Amino acid sequence: MSTVTSEVLAIRTGDDVVRVRQGVRTAASKAGLSLVDQTKIITAASELARNTLDYGGGGTARIELVQEPMRRGVRIIFEDQGPGIPDVEQALSDGFTTGRGLGLGLGGSKRLCNEFRIETEAGKGTRVTIARWR
Amino acid sequence: MDRIPILKLGHSLLVTIQVDMHDRLAMALEEDLTQKIVSSGAKGVLIDISALEIVDSFIGRTLANIAGVSRMLDADTVVVGMRPAVAITLVELGLSLPGVRTALNAERGMALISRRVAEADRDGAADAPDVHGDE
Ligand SMILES: Nc1ncnc2c1ncn2[C@@H]1O[C@H](COP(=O)(O)OP(=O)(O)OP(=O)(O)O)[C@@H](O)[C@H]1O
Ligand SMILES: [Mg+2]
Repeated sequence: MSTVTSEVLAIRTGDDVVRVRQGVRTAASKAGLSLVDQTKIITAASELARNTLDYGGGGTARIELVQEPMRRGVRIIFEDQGPGIPDVEQALSDGFTTGRGLGLGLGGSKRLCNEFRIETEAGKGTRVTIARWR
Repeated sequence: MDRIPILKLGHSLLVTIQVDMHDRLAMALEEDLTQKIVSSGAKGVLIDISALEIVDSFIGRTLANIAGVSRMLDADTVVVGMRPAVAITLVELGLSLPGVRTALNAERGMALISRRVAEADRDGAADAPDVHGDE
């Protein structure tokens, strides 16, 4: 039997970024992730939620608790209707930023997750999907 | 807006972060600490993050900024109580917290600051005759 329980959170303010962290924490502990893995996925989610807010002009986070026969874990899908990322390769490289950040969010999140996917289109928006499995 | 309390103890300022900080709260802490260092003449700032379940790039950057600003204002910042899972995650994220001094717990952090204050006092005493000589 496989189930996916999901919840969609809006990302419009800094408080929403904190709410995303809390939602991911709840799902990650229900999925039975180790403390270190929970910390990694929450941290990655915090980075991506902030990107959604700062660069995507706000959007949503869909937090999925995945319980399949072969795997348990958490998947999170961040979506915005912002400007998109013109050069994904460049955006992923450590140190690249168009803001005032350190340019660590995207590359760092990728390292912290088991699955990482960016879909983006200029003028349409960005969708980043991450997952961490037990 | 809520703010994180800053306590003064001897030559030091103590901050215990007990809430999951949103970005504005982190920025407010940086401002408040900067002012308090100046108004109190503190030589050390001890920031206890043992209650923090995560440190992301924003919080990490805030800690690094606080350390940098306090150094310019002649105070040392020591971050104490980082959880092991947070340390592992920060390294993988690629955030090395340059310039941020860390200690395992508050006791060791205070010891670092006291040593610094003692050194400053001693240097100050050694400098004193020169200062007089110039006058
Ligand atoms: N959702 C998004 N929409 C549009 N551009 C984005 C989005 N997410 C990231 N980017 C672009 O990718 C760059 C790199 O993002 P990354 O998160 O790695 O670094 P940062 O946010 O600039 O700094 P840091 O995360 O270290 O504070 C950003 O500066 C921005 O130009
Ligand atoms: Mg970022």
